[in-house]
Amino acid sequence: MKTIPLAIIGAGPAGIAAALTAARHGLKPVVFDEQPAPGGQIYRALESTPLRDPELLGQDYWHGRSLIEALRRESVDYRPGHMVWQLTRDGEIGVLAGDTAALIRAERIVLATGAQERPFPVPGWTLPGVMGAGAAQVLLKTSGVVAQAPMVLAGSGPLLYLVAVQYLRAGAKVAAILETTSKENRRLALAHIGGAIRGWRYLKKGAELLRELKRAGVRHERHVVALRAEGDETLTGVGWRTADRPDDWQHCEATTLLLHHGVVPNVQMTRALGGAHDWSEQQLCWRPRRDAFGRSDIENFFIAGDGGGIGGARAAQLQGELAALAALESLGHIDGPTLAREAAPARRKLDAELVVRPFLDALYRPGDSWRRPDDDVVVCRCEEISAGEIRRVAKLGCAGPNQMKSFTRCGMGPCQGRLCGLTVSEILAAENDQSLEQTGYYRLRPPFKPITLGQLASAAGGAPEAPARNETETAS
Amino acid sequence: MKPTALVIGGGLHGASAATQLARSGFRVTVVEKNYAGRHASGVNAGGVRRLGRHPAEIPLAVAALARWQRLETLIGDDGGFHPCGQIKVAENDEDMARLVSRAAEVRELGFDHEIILSREELRRRVPAVAPHCVGALACDGDGAANPYRTLTAWRRQSQREGAIWREGVQVTRVDRVPGGGWRLSTDHPDLPGLDADWLINCAGGWAGGLCGALDECVAMQPQALMLTITERVTPFLGPVIGSASRALSFKQMDNGSVMIGGGIAGCIDTGGEHADVRLAGLAQNVQTALGLFPFMRDVRVVRTWAGIEGVTGDGIPVLGLSWRHPRLIHSFGYSAHGFQLSAITGEIVRDLALEREPALPIAPFDIRRFDSSSAAARASHTH
Repeated sequence: MKTIPLAIIGAGPAGIAAALTAARHGLKPVVFDEQPAPGGQIYRALESTPLRDPELLGQDYWHGRSLIEALRRESVDYRPGHMVWQLTRDGEIGVLAGDTAALIRAERIVLATGAQERPFPVPGWTLPGVMGAGAAQVLLKTSGVVAQAPMVLAGSGPLLYLVAVQYLRAGAKVAAILETTSKENRRLALAHIGGAIRGWRYLKKGAELLRELKRAGVRHERHVVALRAEGDETLTGVGWRTADRPDDWQHCEATTLLLHHGVVPNVQMTRALGGAHDWSEQQLCWRPRRDAFGRSDIENFFIAGDGGGIGGARAAQLQGELAALAALESLGHIDGPTLAREAAPARRKLDAELVVRPFLDALYRPGDSWRRPDDDVVVCRCEEISAGEIRRVAKLGCAGPNQMKSFTRCGMGPCQGRLCGLTVSEILAAENDQSLEQTGYYRLRPPFKPITLGQLASAAGGAPEAPARNETETAS
Repeated sequence: MKPTALVIGGGLHGASAATQLARSGFRVTVVEKNYAGRHASGVNAGGVRRLGRHPAEIPLAVAALARWQRLETLIGDDGGFHPCGQIKVAENDEDMARLVSRAAEVRELGFDHEIILSREELRRRVPAVAPHCVGALACDGDGAANPYRTLTAWRRQSQREGAIWREGVQVTRVDRVPGGGWRLSTDHPDLPGLDADWLINCAGGWAGGLCGALDECVAMQPQALMLTITERVTPFLGPVIGSASRALSFKQMDNGSVMIGGGIAGCIDTGGEHADVRLAGLAQNVQTALGLFPFMRDVRVVRTWAGIEGVTGDGIPVLGLSWRHPRLIHSFGYSAHGFQLSAITGEIVRDLALEREPALPIAPFDIRRFDSSSAAARASHTH
């Protein structure tokens, strides 16, 4: 098996910045990117998007151009279309490119695998026509695909406004925005207003987006407390109730419903590696343990960007630099004083970047009933397990998500729990009156994303088969 | 006063032993360091197989199948057992010759459950098998069950019989009590010490460590045995498929997904509680499966995993009394084929604890076969 000094997984702002940092210090890293082109989700398809009008996707998106251009220019072994489907603690990486699976070993690995949308289970969320706002944004960036109108966006968080505005600019009819942020959240967020003022750019952006939506005459419902996607075969409408009219279901016709309750770290790889994870009550998500440089508790692994906790694209870029510096230092490629000197400015900027987070996290914190839905709501989409079934099994004495798998197959379908893991842990913790740490999370198993048997077999290469075994030694 | 028994290990063999002991009047406590069925017992391939058993295991496997056939009556749930049959496929004439002589060997021992299938008969039973396969050895009445469901049923039955389960409790020390009996120390604040007349070692992948603490000689390694499962596909396969010359266990489950195993070892991390798959071995296992079912090439893998199991040096279990300590019974080292046997092993443990001769021959499983200082014992138990 070939061994390389430094592998970086992911080519969003964190992965690119890590790669550029390594290259600047004379070490050529290998970047494995599942996507066909660099940029991650935030700068997705920046080089190829059909939406060339810079106004449409906004300044933040085009900020990625300088990063991507540098990646193309510098001495970086960038490998697009390379999906990492397995990792071991000793640095063995299973990579799939086209139909060929291969194994490669890296002495140091920077995980820059980013975030994913928080699960947002509501009645009817499995209907065709309902999707994540982030996923819809990917369609828009990569192919200029505008989802079917009339469109409703529901949830909370800055991305919700941004996607609404981007769709408006692209010519979509946005029928309504249903905001789930509660009055209570606004009050609690005020406690963090100091940080918010110092991070005023974020607030200004949010206010501008809201103004644009208002100018366009988009219906804006606040304090939504219940939501359902309606339709038999496919989405035909959306129903909701608000805090002000808690007994009235209001309706609106829609063929597309975009849901969004913020993003959470994608912990698929750090979990599979068995790294320590802490529950963040502030961000309501698991965060793999890492130090200020992104060193994880798994030897030779580093975590950069939103995969270690949500900080946004600019923070991710700085964390990418820091993680690469720490990796270079542990390889002996740079010395301790160099690490300290080079890291100081990035760390200062990172602190400034993160100052607004407590405010945003408090303001856009999804309420309990959104995260732990009613009994009739499907939680595990792959195996069609409802919240009620999870609660029933909890009463039978099921203490954690891994036993839940054995009892119900919950989390064992093709998505491997990516879409239900947080919800299952939260429901179980509440039912068993345990902390999230006590409850735990799914043990994740490779492959991180499905690969075919033929692709997997290709990793065996031409190696001779294991010798025939004794009759008695085949598995039961 | 009732005699007491401590079962170390909340896997299938521990649950089976606990059930039978409790039913026979013992006060039983099962001590499990994690949760019931955390490793091999909960995540194995679920094969209920007499086919291809080591000759010493055949009488037990035959008796166990009779239990499986009425499991619901015995423990209140059938464990999801389907008698869909097991088939071991020959890919060439050499394989076929091996299977034919195997069938003859089993008949000579007085059993008739393994039968030879011609090429045509194999094709009739398994239309999807690759055309180069020349025949097979089959065992009708064998099949597969759901491991975790089976374990849960045994655990519940043992509890109905009065056994007490202590999960999340790690045994830290084992001492003999003067005058007979045992005392266990644990890491649990509420359970500093547990006393019992009998100690039952059902610690699976961790049984070797326990033997070490008891000064028993045994050649056993924990191994992490890997399994792969695919997305759901249209039903195409009834029986469980193995290979005459390659490590493989291949079956389609009720929900359409296909499980591929074969006792291929992954890695166990230093803490011993976490098993990792080893890519190269997994890839080879899948290559073997595709050799028999080439049309599966484009089916997606959903998950792979490994469960930790105790594998002995000679590939057959340790089941019987200790010769070093009174009132110590071993039931471990089933070496990746103990799932089916779990239906009977509890009865054997019970007979030993009642100090009566078990109804089935267990001499080959005697732990003394590993004791180099006991050459005589070794000689008498070597096949």
